[in-house]
Amino acid sequence: MSAMLEVKNIQVGYGKIIAVKDVSVTVNKGEIVTLIGSNGAGKSTTLRTISGLIKPRSGEILFNGKRIDGIPGHEIVGLGICHSPEGRRIFPRMTVKENLELGAFLRNNKGEVAADLDRVLTLFPRLKERIEQRAGTMSGGEQQMLAVSRALMGAPQLLLLDEPSMGLAPVLVEMIFETIAKIRQQGITILLIEQNANAALEIADRAYVLESGVVKISGTAKELRADDKVTKAYLGH
Amino acid sequence: MAKVSESKKFTGTPGQIRRQRIEQSGAIVITLLMSVWMLVNLVKAPEQFVQVAISGLRNGLIYALIALGYTLVYGIIELINFAHGDLFMLSAVFSSFFITYWIGADQSNPKGWLAFASCLVVVMIFGAVVNVLIERLAYRRLRNAPRLAPLITAVGMSFLLNFIGLKWNGSTPRQWPTVIPSGDIYIGEIRISLITLWLFLIGLPLLLALNYLVTNTKQGKAMRATSQDKDASTLMGINVNKTIAFTFALGGAMAGAAGLLYQQSIGTTSYNLGFQLGLIAFTSAVLGGIGNLWGAVVGGLLIGLIQGLNDGLPYAFGQQWSQSVVFTILIIILVFRPAGLLGKVTTEKV
Ligand SMILES: Nc1ncnc2c1ncn2[C@@H]1O[C@H](COP(=O)(O)OP(=O)(O)O)[C@@H](O)[C@H]1O
Ligand SMILES: [Mg+2]
Repeated sequence: MSAMLEVKNIQVGYGKIIAVKDVSVTVNKGEIVTLIGSNGAGKSTTLRTISGLIKPRSGEILFNGKRIDGIPGHEIVGLGICHSPEGRRIFPRMTVKENLELGAFLRNNKGEVAADLDRVLTLFPRLKERIEQRAGTMSGGEQQMLAVSRALMGAPQLLLLDEPSMGLAPVLVEMIFETIAKIRQQGITILLIEQNANAALEIADRAYVLESGVVKISGTAKELRADDKVTKAYLGH
Repeated sequence: MAKVSESKKFTGTPGQIRRQRIEQSGAIVITLLMSVWMLVNLVKAPEQFVQVAISGLRNGLIYALIALGYTLVYGIIELINFAHGDLFMLSAVFSSFFITYWIGADQSNPKGWLAFASCLVVVMIFGAVVNVLIERLAYRRLRNAPRLAPLITAVGMSFLLNFIGLKWNGSTPRQWPTVIPSGDIYIGEIRISLITLWLFLIGLPLLLALNYLVTNTKQGKAMRATSQDKDASTLMGINVNKTIAFTFALGGAMAGAAGLLYQQSIGTTSYNLGFQLGLIAFTSAVLGGIGNLWGAVVGGLLIGLIQGLNDGLPYAFGQQWSQSVVFTILIIILVFRPAGLLGKVTTEKV
């Protein structure tokens, strides 16, 4: 197994607030790895740092063995890291199609992009029906599908998903998780943040539990599901 | 005025429906009143009407070109760039010096035409470069600061450019020779100056080119994405800093062209031009719906037209009321359409 992403002891802050104190995460090729933890634990900040939206104050991030911390955010996606951010952040005044095209902003091979468009629309048939609709007028679930699809349009090796099930009806949550499993089968490695720890541990290979900006527990998903502390605090058993 | 005739379905909560009714009936009343006013004048003095309308639209075109700079910048970083009018003024002064002193052209002959053509290119570059520098040096650092900080900086930048204009142009208005063919042509009874024709021949393609750039190119797509969500745009691989700089360049280039067209059509420059025309152009942008490109164009042309008609028609308030009429109409329109003629009230909040 080779490490695709190695986050080593990063510290990240906003002004005086230190959001991530010391986080190390490794994601191997082909895995689904999940970050769980309560609100404000520093999960989103960790993903934003990987994507280059914020610079870490210390520590390093390696992608396929090369350091990527310090590379400007808009160049990260070109390396093969695509990020579906917290709160969806689709472009509300653009159509579904335009949103998806923006996901492929850096790609020049029109044929490949068209093939990927077909692929995501097969994955989310609902979006196909809405293709000319303005994204801001869609339901929360549809917007979430669009956010994930838009990230897929960047042809990622590594897909970062920040709470893709947030605010969705239970049926849709299930559907999103099934889709995540399908995406992995297509050969894409996934780093997933979830509030819904149960569902995340179902599909993940390994997991990290974050608390107040540090990694508290880590291990295989199976180990964590059996861990008393984890089940009490996060799985609600 | 824009959307009166189409019978739209009222939807929404009772409050919204009432608001839509009021908006629509208000718009109908205003449109009716203005139509009656124009019709009376048109019947009374048809040639005069067409003539003042054309010269009004000519001024309106210059307002529109300047208004685009306000609207482009507001659209992308929600900043009212107070310095923009002064950039237009500097462009007018730059054009004057370029044509008259640096090239040494002072009449309409092949040398003058060449001076004009090369000045168009050079002054657009001048406007673009100065605007990009302003963004880079003053506004970029303040992008995440509280709203008031960049706004005050823009006011300061306006003073700075104004001061440069004062030193460069001098404190009194200066006259300059016109170097493009300037006679009149007649279409029936209607006299149209060649300069007006030139202005439209240059201004309209610029507007169309800008529109094409924003709606059909990759750069334009990056601009529209950046205006909606900067972090999300970064995640798409869009270089947000470069895109914002490009937007300032476009606005600056339009102000540059407006400066030259103004200088050649009016023939006078003064250091406080930026304040006078900048205010009207900004008003045009707001009237049309700030952030909306065609809104700026429609707003500029409309204000030019209303000014022209008001100043030159037999039944009108006359020139000394020009500004009052323009701003009264602005206020009335904004009462009924707070987001401007083509602007949309944004309801999406993510
Ligand atoms: N833009 C920001 N400015 C200031 N503080 C922030 C910002 N974003 C997040 N934080 C703070 O950083 C901490 C971690 O936030 P976040 O990474 O979003 O946590 P999580 O995704 O685990 O809920 C929180 O205390 C939060 O308040
Ligand atoms: Mg979060």
